[in-house]
Amino acid sequence: MLSPVNISLESLNLVTLAPMLIPFIGALMILAIDIFRGGLDKSLYVVISILFLALDFGTLLESAGVFSEEGIKLGVFNVMLIDGLAILAQFIIVATSMLFIPLALTHKRFHEFSYPEFFALFLFMIGGFQFMVASDNLILIFVGLETASLALYTLIAMHNRDKSFEAAVKYFTMGALAAGFYTFGSMIFYALTGSVEIHQIDSTLAHNGYANIGFLLVGVVFLLVSFAFKLSVVPFHTWTPDVYEGSSAAMAGYMSIVPKIAAFVVVMRLFEFLIHSNVVWLEVVLYAFVVITMTAANMWALVQTDVKRMLAYSSISHAGFVMAAILIGTTQSNSALFLYWILFSFTNLGAFSMLWISRQKELPGYQKTDHSFEKFSGMIKTSPMAAFVMGIFMLSLAGIPPFALFWGKIYMISSAVTSGYTILALIMALNSAIAGYYYIKLIVYMFMKDPIASNVDNEGKLYVANATTALKTIIGFAIIGTIFAFLALDPLLEFVKAFVYNSGY
Amino acid sequence: MLEHILSILIFFPALAGVMGFMINKESMRAYGVSVATIEFVLSLLLWFSFDNTVSSMQFMEQLPLIPSFGINYILGVDGISLFIVIMASLFTMIGIASLTETPNVKNMIITLLFLQMTMVGVFTALDGIVFYVFWELSLVPMLYIIGAWGGPMRIYASVKFFLYTFAGSLVMLVGMLFMAYLFYQATGRWSFALFDWYRLVLPENFQLWLFAAFFIGFAIKVPMFPFHTWLPYAHGQAPTIGSVILAAVLLKMGTYAFIRFSLPLFPDASVYFMYPVAVIAIIMIIYTAMVAYAQKDVKQVVAYSSVSHMGVIILGTFALNVEGISGSVFLMIGHGIVSGALFLLVGVIYDRRHTKLMSEFGGLAHIMPKYATIFGIMMMASVGMPLLINFVGEFLSLLGFYAQSHMLTLLAGVAIIVGAIYMLIAYKRMFFGEVTKEENKNLTDVNRRELIALVPLVIISIWLGIYPKPILEPINNSVELVVQTMHNKATTEDAKMRIPNISGVVISKTSMKEDH
Repeated sequence: MLSPVNISLESLNLVTLAPMLIPFIGALMILAIDIFRGGLDKSLYVVISILFLALDFGTLLESAGVFSEEGIKLGVFNVMLIDGLAILAQFIIVATSMLFIPLALTHKRFHEFSYPEFFALFLFMIGGFQFMVASDNLILIFVGLETASLALYTLIAMHNRDKSFEAAVKYFTMGALAAGFYTFGSMIFYALTGSVEIHQIDSTLAHNGYANIGFLLVGVVFLLVSFAFKLSVVPFHTWTPDVYEGSSAAMAGYMSIVPKIAAFVVVMRLFEFLIHSNVVWLEVVLYAFVVITMTAANMWALVQTDVKRMLAYSSISHAGFVMAAILIGTTQSNSALFLYWILFSFTNLGAFSMLWISRQKELPGYQKTDHSFEKFSGMIKTSPMAAFVMGIFMLSLAGIPPFALFWGKIYMISSAVTSGYTILALIMALNSAIAGYYYIKLIVYMFMKDPIASNVDNEGKLYVANATTALKTIIGFAIIGTIFAFLALDPLLEFVKAFVYNSGY
Repeated sequence: MLEHILSILIFFPALAGVMGFMINKESMRAYGVSVATIEFVLSLLLWFSFDNTVSSMQFMEQLPLIPSFGINYILGVDGISLFIVIMASLFTMIGIASLTETPNVKNMIITLLFLQMTMVGVFTALDGIVFYVFWELSLVPMLYIIGAWGGPMRIYASVKFFLYTFAGSLVMLVGMLFMAYLFYQATGRWSFALFDWYRLVLPENFQLWLFAAFFIGFAIKVPMFPFHTWLPYAHGQAPTIGSVILAAVLLKMGTYAFIRFSLPLFPDASVYFMYPVAVIAIIMIIYTAMVAYAQKDVKQVVAYSSVSHMGVIILGTFALNVEGISGSVFLMIGHGIVSGALFLLVGVIYDRRHTKLMSEFGGLAHIMPKYATIFGIMMMASVGMPLLINFVGEFLSLLGFYAQSHMLTLLAGVAIIVGAIYMLIAYKRMFFGEVTKEENKNLTDVNRRELIALVPLVIISIWLGIYPKPILEPINNSVELVVQTMHNKATTEDAKMRIPNISGVVISKTSMKEDH
């Protein structure tokens, strides 16, 4: 007969679950509302989502306070791990989601937003990502990852266009493949060490001096490839531009930020100890990944004719740039990763939102795709304010000071210099110069070309066709954040550095 | 007010530019002129309250920006930067006042005001990152000016300009981050402040690499010989105002940065690279003079002659002694005034005939006597006639370099004299002989607006040609300090010997080891 297991409720530390459960409760509530009374307006669901995300943010602030006083917390049979990394990543995830969800309040009608399921899935996805970053248990990470990914595939498919189905299926297939690799990799690590907890794996491996190096390498390869898919590292990036093109601009912007920071945190947890271990060639492979991802994605972005695809490639390149932090692996570089991603989040979301507010239902003859470069020519003459805002976002993405992303960039390059990766620092700098070309290309179209006659006639209404006050407010937040980032940078940097350092990274 | 005058000088035009969005299109020109005049008066006020006898920085301001990463907002002005700041505000004022009929004049004036912010910022910033911020930001308004108001190939020209300088300065940025890291290693705290960096004595091999990183950024901006290819396009396609500001002020950022950063930070490397740089400078002088001779377009002649004279500035800077550096700083002012004026003059004839080909002109002296006179004076100033502004600077630069190498100086001197030929021939083709083209017979002479812009420049170039002391003296004081810093910091025997020791100036220094 089995003896009863006695576990006190306090030792479970259930409060560590609070931030993740709040979006789940929100999602269930949205579904419940729909059962009692269908056909309600999307604005209701948007506001409910924002309220739950705000609650979520509040509990995160709470746990941030706890962390800075008492340090790392474990909970629920030690599968939950609330450290600085988890808290920072959740801050980025929740804050970006709060900025994203009002983008549903468009002027034009898009049918995905009329389903409450959209918002429910959205909140499930956020909960999934939160689980993923707040654990060092490979199984829980997998569960979080899959919860989030399956919800995300559905969200993409709900954007009712031919290309959206293609995008969702493509993303799903690739995601399934990556999940397969992930389970394989985890299995090998379990077989080698008898544990699925990353710190256990670390100590066991260190204890037996990385015996069985052959099997270890196989495991690392599987995990590396699975996360390369998620982070769209070249050559595992091929799904990214198509998926971004198929989803709505707002969703594409969201996808370039939130899933990636979640994946980055897991990669940081996994590879941080491996890169400092005896697995020498891992450094070489990561180095190659970083350089190739940055450079190749930049090259492809140069030849795009559609702004959204260009931004898709540019976000691949940014991800490659940030991958360098994993390779360098110092406290400074890991702080730089978070700093960069915070600054990147509102710049990139702003840029995609600018595409979103200019979304038309029918395309005129000169436009082959939704956001072709021609569409933006002469924008300064017809709607100067929008052109100015878009220009600032482009300059920030290109890393022109004093706009937001520049500060992330110098901190990241500085971390490379500090750790002796001078060549890498130069490659990173020169890649910024290459990237400058395609961002400037959009500025050239907006500011230096003559407008197309039909746009002059309707006085640039095209560029704000989809705009509402809600969307403009979000863009306002993004642009203020982009221009005045330097004022808030010092406290932000101190905060990020303290959190990363106190988590032991 | 005076303790914050530099911040006011930087941000007043930017603020006025933002407010400018509210001004009606018809009144925009008057608004632009008033703002630029206020700015110019403020810069003159800066000059009058400047203490000529003090050689170090004045009107310093300091605010923490990102203290945990050592970035502080530090401003200051000394004899080297003071006159470039004044020149920047002078040319913005003249440029806006002489602006001809331009489409979208409102956008143009707002852009110019933003450009002015970045120019003043570059010349007064004393923190590496703040300097870099303004340096990079200055590309954006210029990109827009060339790309939106330029000639037929304007987009190619503007993008080339942007990418060239952007790529160069990113290499410089890596150098700056490395410099800050070295400072961090030595003292345990991050700092990008220039005066902190001045106290750091680096081993020679570090100096060489860092010098090279900074050199790429600066040399592209100047532009020095193999990197000069963006400039003819930029000048050829830019509207008059763009060329004027580009030649008069923006190019000076590169030469100024050499004196502010490269020389005092890396004295040994400067000595090590003195001959290679001097050879590049001489190639620049001779080669671009030859190219200028072959041009058919008068604006290209002026553009190439401007590059050619930048070579003399570089040569003077790398003389590494007080005469040479003072001369090169003075020549920066002179070159700004003269080439700015020449581009304005080319703009005058372009407005009337809509062509810049010299073959279309000829005998203009008969029809436009005032124009021919002003052009003549400026052309003489450009080739370095005594009693005109450029002579002083060129002479001092060559004198300075004579102390380092007789042969190279001789070569440069001859090149400058021979260089006069292309200017004189261009002048001959345009102004002398019979009026051959029918369209030229009814051209009007310079009008009042153009005179307002040109006459002050003529007066300045004659005044400073005859009596350069009011400017030369503060420049000299500050340059002595720079040279002394270099001498004290130099570690190799060769550098100690080449960089003269000026007694009487005392500078504190700490080496990498002794601090903390």
